[in-house]
Amino acid sequence: MTDAAPQTPHETQPLDTHDDDAARNQWWDVWDQFKTHKGAVMGATFFIFVILAVYLGPFLWTIDPTYIDVRARNEGPSWLHPFGTDQLGRDMMARMMAGGQTSISVGLTAMGLALFLGTLVGVLAGYFKRIDGLLMRITDLFLALPLLPLLLVMVMLFRQPLSSSFGPETGIFILIVTAIGITSWMPTARIVRGDVLALKEREFVLAARSIGTRPGKMILRHILPNVMSPIMVSATLGIATAIITESALSFLGLGFPPDFPTWGRLLFDATDFMQQHPERVMWPGLAISLTVLSVNYMGDGLRDALDPRIRGL
Amino acid sequence: MLTYTIRRLLTAIPTLIFISLIIFLLLDMAPGDPTAQLPLTIPPEVREQIRQSLGLGEPVHIRYLLWLKQMIWSEPMFYLSQNFDWMSVPDEARLISWQTRAPVMDTIIERLPQTMMVVGLAYIVGVLIALPIGIISAYKQYSVFDQAGTFVSMIGFSIPPFFSGVLMIILFTVMMPNDSFWWFPSIYDTTLVIDSWANFGKQVRQMVLPVMVLALQTTAQISRFMRASMLDNLNQDYVRTARAKGMTESVVVLRHVLRNSMIPVVTVIALGIPAIFGGAIITEQIFKVNGIGQLLIVSIQASDVPMVQTLTFIFAILIVFFNLIADILYGILDPRIRYD
Repeated sequence: MTDAAPQTPHETQPLDTHDDDAARNQWWDVWDQFKTHKGAVMGATFFIFVILAVYLGPFLWTIDPTYIDVRARNEGPSWLHPFGTDQLGRDMMARMMAGGQTSISVGLTAMGLALFLGTLVGVLAGYFKRIDGLLMRITDLFLALPLLPLLLVMVMLFRQPLSSSFGPETGIFILIVTAIGITSWMPTARIVRGDVLALKEREFVLAARSIGTRPGKMILRHILPNVMSPIMVSATLGIATAIITESALSFLGLGFPPDFPTWGRLLFDATDFMQQHPERVMWPGLAISLTVLSVNYMGDGLRDALDPRIRGL
Repeated sequence: MLTYTIRRLLTAIPTLIFISLIIFLLLDMAPGDPTAQLPLTIPPEVREQIRQSLGLGEPVHIRYLLWLKQMIWSEPMFYLSQNFDWMSVPDEARLISWQTRAPVMDTIIERLPQTMMVVGLAYIVGVLIALPIGIISAYKQYSVFDQAGTFVSMIGFSIPPFFSGVLMIILFTVMMPNDSFWWFPSIYDTTLVIDSWANFGKQVRQMVLPVMVLALQTTAQISRFMRASMLDNLNQDYVRTARAKGMTESVVVLRHVLRNSMIPVVTVIALGIPAIFGGAIITEQIFKVNGIGQLLIVSIQASDVPMVQTLTFIFAILIVFFNLIADILYGILDPRIRYD
C-alpha cells in the first residue's frame, strides 16, 4: 500500500511464452500479470457486475424508484420486493439501482476530473522547470487545506445558485463532481511530476528532442504514454475516494436532495429506522463498502501488474 | 537542526495566511444574512444598524484583517486573561457567532474536550493495535497472519466510518440484549460527570463504539505503513550483519529493524492526526458526540459564517502544525534528510 515509484511499462518483461508476440503489445503482458492476482480479478469482476447492475438493471427491474405505495410500506424482503420497501413503500431494489447510478457516475466523473487536473499539473510541473516551483507550492497548499470542512462549505455556498440554474439534480451533480475533483487531484499531480522528472533524463527523450520534437508533441507522444501506469493506479483509487466522499456528503445531509437517491443518502435515511429495520441500512452500506473494496483490490492488482518490481508487497 | 526548524516555521506562516485568506473569501460569499432570523417588525434602518454592529458594513479587506487580528491576537488574549489573574481583560471586540450570539471561541473551547477524549483515545488505541500487527505481518510475510492482516486493513480502508459506525450500533446496541455486558450505548452523554467508579465505567462504555470505529481506520493505515517499512528494512545488509554476529532474533528485529522502520511511521502517525479530526466529523455525527465536528455541521446548516470560518481555520492550523511536527521529527530521527 505504499507509493513506491512505479516503473515505466517499457521494462515490463513478457511473463508467459506466447509464440505470437509479433503483434503483441505491452498491455497484454499487463493483463497476463493482472490475471494472476486473484483478489484483483475478483474485484474487477464485482465492479463490472455492479456497473452492469446499476446501469442495465433498471431495464429489467422496471419498478419506478420514486413510486410511492403506502400500503406496502416497511416490508421485509419478499419476491415482490427482494430488498423490501422503505417507509413510503418505495421499492428498495429500484432505489438501490437508481442510487448506485448516481454514486458511481459521481465517482467516475469526479475521478476523471481529478485525474485530468492532477495529470495536467504534474506533467506541466515536471516538464517545464520554470513553473515547477509555483505549481508545487500550489499543490502543497491544497494538501494543507482541511478538505472535508471545505467540501461541506462549498456545498452549502453553491447549492442554491447551481440548482436554480441547472435544476436540482444536474446542479448538485456538477457541484459535487467539481468539489470532489478540485480537492483530490494533488496526489496524482505529485506522483506524475516525479515520474516526468525521471523520464526527462532518459535517452529516448533526449533522442526525441535532438530531432526537434516540440514540447507539446513531446508530452503527448513520449511522456504521457509512459506515465500511464501511475495514472491508472490513481484512477482506481480515485474512484474509491470519490464514492466515499460523495456518500459522506450525502450522509451528512449536504449532498443530493432527499427525493433523489444515492447510496449515501439511502444509508442516511435508513439510520432513522435502524431499530425496526436494520436490514435497510445494510443494502446501501454493503454496496458502498463492497464497491470500494473491489476497486481497491483492482488498484492493488493493477499496481502489481504494471510494476513487477513491487509485486507481492 | 535549529536553522532547519526555523526555516520550516517561517514557511508555515505564509501558508497559514494564504489558507486563512481562501477560507475567509470563500465563506464571505455565503448567502446567509445574520439578521434574516430576526422578527420582520424590526425597521430596515435598525436592521442595518445590527448588521453594522456585526461588522458587516466594512469593505472585504478590512473585515479580513480584522478577523485575522481577532483570530490570532484578541482571542488568545481573552483566553489568557480568563485563566490568569495577572492579565487584565483586553478591551477588544470578540468574534461573535451569528447563531448563539456568544463568542465563537468560548463555544469551541466548550466542545473541544469531547473531541479530544474520543478522537485522541481512538488514535492512540489504533496506533497501539497497528504497530504489532505491522511488525508481525512483515516478519512473517505471506503467512496466514499476514494475509488476515492485509484483508482486515483492506476492510478498514473500504468500509467508510458512516457504515462501520452504523453497523456497530446495530450489532452492539440494537441486536444486543440490553442487560448483556456487550451492550454499549450509541449516544455519547456529555453531561456525565466522572465522580465515581460507576460513572467512570459508564464513560468508558459510551466511548467504546466511537473509539472502535475511528481506531479501525487508523489501524488499517498505520499497520500497512509499518509492514511496508519493516519489509524495506528486513532485507538490508545491516540485518544480515547483525544476524551473522549471532544476535538473537528478538534483538535483531526489535532493536535494529524496528528502530529504523519507525522513522517513516512516526511521521505518518503525526501526519494522520489532523486527518482523524476531519474523519471525526462523521463519527461525531453518528454517535451524537457534541464535539467540534458536530459543531461544524450545525454551524454550516445554520449559515453561521464566523463559527465555520474559525473552525475551518482551526482544522487548517492543525494540518499545518502537524506537517511541521512531522518534518521536524523526521529531521531529528533521520539526520540524512535535513536540508541544511
